[in-house]
Amino acid sequence: MAKEAVIPFKGTAQQEEQLKSVIAQHKGQEGALIPVLHQAQEIYGYLPIEVQTMIADGLEVPLAEVYGVVTFYTQFSLNPKGEYKIGVCLGTACYVKGSGDILEKIKEILNLEVDGCTPDGKFSLEATRCIGACGLAPVFTINEDVYGRITADDVPGILAKYQG
Amino acid sequence: MSLYRAHVLICGGTGCTSSGGAKLIDEFEAQLKDAGLENEVKVVKTGCFGLCALGPVVVVYPEGAFYSRVQKEDVKEIVTEHLLKGRIVKRLVYDETLEEGKDTIKSLNEVDFYKKQMRIALRNCGVINPENVEEYIAFDGYKALATAITEMTPQEVIETIKASGLRGRGGGGFPTGLKWEFASKSVNEQKYVCCNADEGDPGAFMDRSILEGDPHSVLEAMAIAGYAIGANQGYIYIRAEYPIAVQRLQIAIDQAKEYGLLGENIFGTDFSFDIGLRLGAGAFVCGEETALMTSIEGHRGEPRPRPPFPAVKGLWGKPTILNNVETYANIPVIINNGAEWFTKIGTEKSKGTKVFALGGKINNTGLVEIPMGTTLREIVEEIGGGVPNGKAFKAAQTGGPSGGCIPASLMDTPIDYDSLISIGSMMGSGGLIVMDEDNCMVDIAKFFLEFTVDESCGKCTPCRIGTKRLLEILEKITKGNGTLEDLDRLELLCNSIKSASLCGLGQTAPNPVLSTLRYFRDEYVAHVVDKKCPAGVCKDLTSYFIVEDKCKGCSACARKCPVGAISGEIKSPFTIDQSKCIKCGACVATCKFNAIIKK
Repeated sequence: MAKEAVIPFKGTAQQEEQLKSVIAQHKGQEGALIPVLHQAQEIYGYLPIEVQTMIADGLEVPLAEVYGVVTFYTQFSLNPKGEYKIGVCLGTACYVKGSGDILEKIKEILNLEVDGCTPDGKFSLEATRCIGACGLAPVFTINEDVYGRITADDVPGILAKYQG
Repeated sequence: MSLYRAHVLICGGTGCTSSGGAKLIDEFEAQLKDAGLENEVKVVKTGCFGLCALGPVVVVYPEGAFYSRVQKEDVKEIVTEHLLKGRIVKRLVYDETLEEGKDTIKSLNEVDFYKKQMRIALRNCGVINPENVEEYIAFDGYKALATAITEMTPQEVIETIKASGLRGRGGGGFPTGLKWEFASKSVNEQKYVCCNADEGDPGAFMDRSILEGDPHSVLEAMAIAGYAIGANQGYIYIRAEYPIAVQRLQIAIDQAKEYGLLGENIFGTDFSFDIGLRLGAGAFVCGEETALMTSIEGHRGEPRPRPPFPAVKGLWGKPTILNNVETYANIPVIINNGAEWFTKIGTEKSKGTKVFALGGKINNTGLVEIPMGTTLREIVEEIGGGVPNGKAFKAAQTGGPSGGCIPASLMDTPIDYDSLISIGSMMGSGGLIVMDEDNCMVDIAKFFLEFTVDESCGKCTPCRIGTKRLLEILEKITKGNGTLEDLDRLELLCNSIKSASLCGLGQTAPNPVLSTLRYFRDEYVAHVVDKKCPAGVCKDLTSYFIVEDKCKGCSACARKCPVGAISGEIKSPFTIDQSKCIKCGACVATCKFNAIIKK
């Protein structure tokens, strides 16, 4: 499902410095790989093959193992995310209250597929697991903002705030 | 220590934070300062009150006034009217607590939502500030740990937990004391205590609320478990999707260490215990115990065959116990109040209480804790306030993707581990989703299968391929291409997957299909024989019609239709061209006369 990253890797020396210090902190600890990947994703925003190679070399584990772990967990992304990350909750409580319609509406307005990113890098879309805000169902998030108790008709107005 | 004449408790749980609660704390503090009350009234950020549907929630003590859906603009009114002049702002108070013709309000315990509840695991949620260990200590916090390690032998601790009858709250229902005993009997220098906080069931947020509202109760219980089995290291495996819970756990661990409640030589004894956090990375299968341990070890979270069981060979090959958050939250209370007290609550085989996350088509969405044996009807109709908009209750789903749907005819089943299994569902971790007449049960089964297909780790064939084939058959049925033989095929395949899968995920994945087939077979038959979706959810089987008698010919629907499928003359009934209609439902939402129906 994960598409090849089309956007070239643009890591900075400063980011590499940060990553190296993270690796140094965890090296030799049992079960270090996943915490390192979490922090690497925080530094770069995603985990392209270049970053995975640095981690594999740094922790002295095979690249295949790093790649295996990255692709196993949905939190780890091989593709860069948009400036605005949209997450539509498809947990049961949201689903029975119509979050599927909201997802369709967003896809239609932004011409975007799930796990995709708009060509201008502005919006990326995810269908998330339950985010636990079931009291507000149906819910979707844009970065840190949470929109709850909405219908598909509210979507255009909400997106307009970010499109400007 | 200064005394305050009033306390403002603001819910800091995820539900209320998401609906705007985060801004309220600063606003209250600013407004109190303006009114010169900052030394008289204290603002406390607490855990979840449970009534998420009414969030953001603010409770003002000593009166116990329960303000609901409070927005930033309302804060000034509460400060000037209630806190300054002593007049409760009735406009904002939860209407169930209002007493007609009186100025006073009812206690929360008299309200339907709380009346039948019994808060043990949630005892401190919505009561204390979870980021302050002193508040936890003031509510008997760490007393159980002190009792256990200074007055009891490890064996006595295990005996107490065994005698209490406590069973795992993560869903399986395995007796906790027995699990501890197995691990304590395993001889090894290094053992581990793990906490499963990888709450992955969609629609379930019990554990998150406990971690956000009362993190120390879990830490305390893990230390007690460590003492009981002879472990000095604990790990909490928590979802990275729960940032507030992660942050509060870290604060709690740091504070506990600072106070000498975790770390070396706790309470001056030779017992030492430390706890580390491990973040999950979004894999549902990691809720399975062996997969969780593989993930902590830093690998792909694939399950391992059992035996050997974790109590013998768990994390890094060492004896390990793994309990769920809610199970741990019960431990300190059991030690403090005694096993006998605990056995008086609940049913014969299921002791104590269970926390449920009520969601879906129900008025009082939120978190409830009820004694085992409470019926589904009591939960849905009394505590939950029934189904909104006058719709009919169709089913309640428990146990998430591993559970089943309980039909209206079984509403009086007492909720406990064994009765739920006997009716084809399971306790699960505690998600309880209510569905009404507008939900299609075939679609719901398909929804859960999409989930398990996505989340199957792929290690064993029955789960990886079997669930995919199940989903394909369900898709065929919802598209109107199913046959009666498909229903038999579904059943056969379900049973094969159940018996042949490696771990709990695969073994329970067919439950949503089996239970809907069992109780809602007529809906399946309607899909395959009549090619109709009775609830009007499956688009391929639904058509929209305009009822001639009701249509006023206003043309609102025709203007709204995105594909121009509706036509007619003004002031005479319109019609829908079925060959053009894309079944988006926009016309139904537009019609003011309820003239458009789904069939």
